[in-house]
Order: sequence, then C-alpha cells, then structure tokens
Amino acid sequence: MMNYSPEPPAAPGNPALPHAVRAAGLTAIRGPRTVLRGLDFTVPRGQITGLLGPSGCGKSTLMRSIVGTQAKVSGTLDVLGRPAGHPSLRTRIGYVTQAPSVYDDLTIRQNLDYFGSILDPNRPTPDRRADVERVLGEVDLTSHADSLAGNLSGGQRSRVSLAVALLGTPELLVLDEPTVGLDPVLRRDLWHLFHAIAARGATLLISSHVMDEAERCHRLLLMRDGEILADDTPEALRTRTGSDTVEAAFLHLVDEAAANARTKETAR
Amino acid sequence: MTTQPATTRTATATAAPVRTLSLSRTTATAARVLRQLRHDPRTIALLLLIPCLMLVLLRYVFDGSPHTFDNIGASLLGIFPLITMFLVTSIATLRERTSGTLERLLAMPLGKADLIAGYALAFGTLAIIQSALATGLAVWFLGLDVTGSPWLLLLVALLDALLGTALGLFVSAFAASEFQAVQFMPAVIFPQLLLCGLFTPRSEMHPVLEAISDVLPMSYAVDGMNEVLHHTDMTATFVRDIAIVAGCALLVLTLGAATLRRRTA
Repeated sequence: MMNYSPEPPAAPGNPALPHAVRAAGLTAIRGPRTVLRGLDFTVPRGQITGLLGPSGCGKSTLMRSIVGTQAKVSGTLDVLGRPAGHPSLRTRIGYVTQAPSVYDDLTIRQNLDYFGSILDPNRPTPDRRADVERVLGEVDLTSHADSLAGNLSGGQRSRVSLAVALLGTPELLVLDEPTVGLDPVLRRDLWHLFHAIAARGATLLISSHVMDEAERCHRLLLMRDGEILADDTPEALRTRTGSDTVEAAFLHLVDEAAANARTKETAR
Repeated sequence: MTTQPATTRTATATAAPVRTLSLSRTTATAARVLRQLRHDPRTIALLLLIPCLMLVLLRYVFDGSPHTFDNIGASLLGIFPLITMFLVTSIATLRERTSGTLERLLAMPLGKADLIAGYALAFGTLAIIQSALATGLAVWFLGLDVTGSPWLLLLVALLDALLGTALGLFVSAFAASEFQAVQFMPAVIFPQLLLCGLFTPRSEMHPVLEAISDVLPMSYAVDGMNEVLHHTDMTATFVRDIAIVAGCALLVLTLGAATLRRRTA
C-alpha cells in the first residue's frame, strides 16, 4: 500500500455552476448484458471525482457513455450542458482509454502533433507546438519526445496516451485507470498534476480499482455490478460507515447491499 | 427502460454542425499515415520493388513470346497496385480499429470522410510512385509495347490503387484480427483475378462466369489497360472502363465510411 497524504486539498468546485455530468436512469446494454442499471448521479465541476469499483463493474462502460463512444445507452446523460456524444463536446473532453491508444510507429512528438492538428487545425502552428511541449512536460516525457511510442515501457506509453488527452486543455478529463502499472513516484506526480488541473477549473473523472487512490479524490462514486453503491466525499463515506479507510467503507457497503438483497428475497 | 438514445430535456439538442471534408484534417491524416510508413522502410521497399521484380520475372518467363508479355504485363500493371493497396490498407485500418486510435479519433472532431480521404490520399501517393516505377520499367527497359500513352497506363493504375484502398478499408471492418484480414485477400481478390480476363479472354468463359465478370471492377481495370495497349487515342471503351473503376472505388469508400462508427458496443 502506498502512503498518500490522506486528505485532498479543499474541494475548489463552484456550486453556482451546473454539474459537469448529470445522469438520470442511465442504462447501457452490451450484448445480452445490462452493464449499467438505471444510474442517477452527478459529477461536480472543477473537482476530481473518483470512480471506484472492482474490475467488470461497468466503470469503463460508464466512461465511454459520458464520452459518447458507447452504443445502446438510454436514459438521460448531460455532459457539460449537452447530451453526451454531442459533436460540440468533442473538443471539450479529453478521454484516456485503459489501453494506451497511440500510434506505436510514430514518435511521442509525432503522435502529439497529429492529434493536436485533428483537435484544432486552425490554431497557429507555434501555439500547437507550445501546447505539445506543455503536455510533454506535464507527463514528464520531454526527454523521450523523439522516441518511438512502440519502444517505450508500458507506463510511458500510457503517459503518452494521457498527454494526448491533455492537449488543448479540455474542460472535462475522463481517465480510465490512468495510474495502472506506474511506480509510486510517478503515481504521486500524476495525482499532483490532476489536482493542478482541477485547480485550473477543469473537471476530472478518474477510474481506479485501487482503493488507496480514493483518498486523493474530492468525491467518490463507488460502483458494483452496474449500480452505484455510494456517491459522497471520502471523508463522509468513512464517517457514515464507521471505517478507517475507503476500502473498508466499500466492503461495508457491499455487505450492507448483500444483506438488503437477502432480506428482500426472504420477504417475498 | 426505453431504448432510445440518451437525450436531455434541459440542453437544447441543436443539430450537429454540418460536417464537410476538412482539408487540413485530411492532409494531417495523410501525412501521419506516410510518417508511420517512413518508420517502416522494409514495407516501403517491398511495396515498391516487388511489382518491378515480378515484371522482370514475367518478361523472361515469356522470353520467346513478347506479345504475351505485352498483354499480361499491361494487365498486371493494373492489378499490382490494386492488390498491394488492398493489403496495406486492410492491415493499416484494422490496426487503427484494434489499437483504440480509431475510437480516440472518432471521439475527437475528426470527420469519417477526413479519415478515409486521408488514407486514400496517403496510399494514393504511394501508389503513384509504385505505378510510375513499374510502368517506367516495363515500357522503357523491358520493351513493353504500348500503342497509347504511358500516362494513361499510370492513370488506370492510380484508379486501381484507389479501388484497392477502398476494398481494403471496407473488409477491415469484417476482420477481427490480422490473420483474418490477410485471408480476405484470396476471398476478395483471387476470384476477380481469375475472371478479369488475365488468363483467357472473358468472352471465351462460361456464360455464367462471363456475366459475373461483368460486375467485378477488376475486369474493367484490365480492359482499360488493354485499351491503352492497343489504341493510340482514348477510346470510348477506355473512358467507360475508368469511369466504372472510379465509380466502384467511390462506392466502396462510402460503404467503408459506413463501417466507421462513433458509438460501438
């Protein structure tokens, strides 16, 4: 277990702004399975919301729904004041998939140059170059900028993928397990970066199945089996369940939900 | 729960901005595809040299009958670009689909037409170089006897390359792996190769096969090459042939665009 500073800085969210994401009765179907079962939740602006839960609980499907790449989604899902998947959102959201999606046969800089030119082809070239240098520095890959992405380590490639999402300073960052496979120092640095991004006013939704990362988020959405178990601050979760850690709180809530289901079953 | 797509009552769901082809995004994509290839010099060498080597081989296989070399050589000048571009495009776009970069691009403000036009532009450029090398070699060094202009040969070769790119893009949607993508070559290309009139004139085939060959685009690619081979001027048949090849390429490119989905399961 890592030793993180336990308390995140005070949540900078502005309550006057509408939510970055608002879902009501959000359902997603993949093949024969209902992956998301009528979710209701909000993601506040300017904060880091952690999406936590075991593998296969629907985190990635939820993130893909928000970004607008998931098919067969029903219910209401507003993202930055627009329905999810609206074309105007494509420049306002940065999205990092679990597997790094970059071109292995291009250098890091060539990858960033290309995605930058797709994002905003009308931006003057010097501005785009500066943007590329900025994100290279933010993910600490400046010294590797001219290496082929295919020759990098797994952790480095996932940081290239993250750097692409940071191009053009999006208002909402959706990051699917961005710290998987990274060493403790890098993980700490990336969480510092996430907090700096939130301090600039951007919203971050970060998924993880590592519970110790939860303490670094302003708010948490705990998921299990396509449902949301809890939507609260880490502190409130611990207090409510009388647990010391978010992990213990999560287990408590899982047991509670299972017990409730059993009583319903016997009552029938 | 209804199965209608996620909508909202609060946000005004304005119509999507009209997405026309964005020239800068198209050229950026074409430049990116070529840059990827530049990191793979072996593929470039294979792409450019193999058609030339095959022509040299063919020239000496038919050492005793130069007329046969004229016929088959001209046809092959049209067939090579189609096959190589089919292979390269189907693998390249399959990689784009499986590596997640396609999903990323379609979550960005990239139009499907931009992506497809970018690929067509990049591989079209490559096809021009390949065809120019092969045509130049055949006409000036191997003594391929062409009555018409070698530029027309090049034009047909380019259209064939475009058709190959279109077919490759389209079938990549139905391949789940590179193994499957490669298997599409015998499935899509070989029947056309047998029926296009390369081995025997189409009029001498079984009527059923002849009818089938009438609807396969490669038949017109080979016909077009033979028109240039035997006539000094652009004949009406030649114009019809290249129009059909170009039309097929556009049609298949449109079908290919339909296989690119922003939302996937």
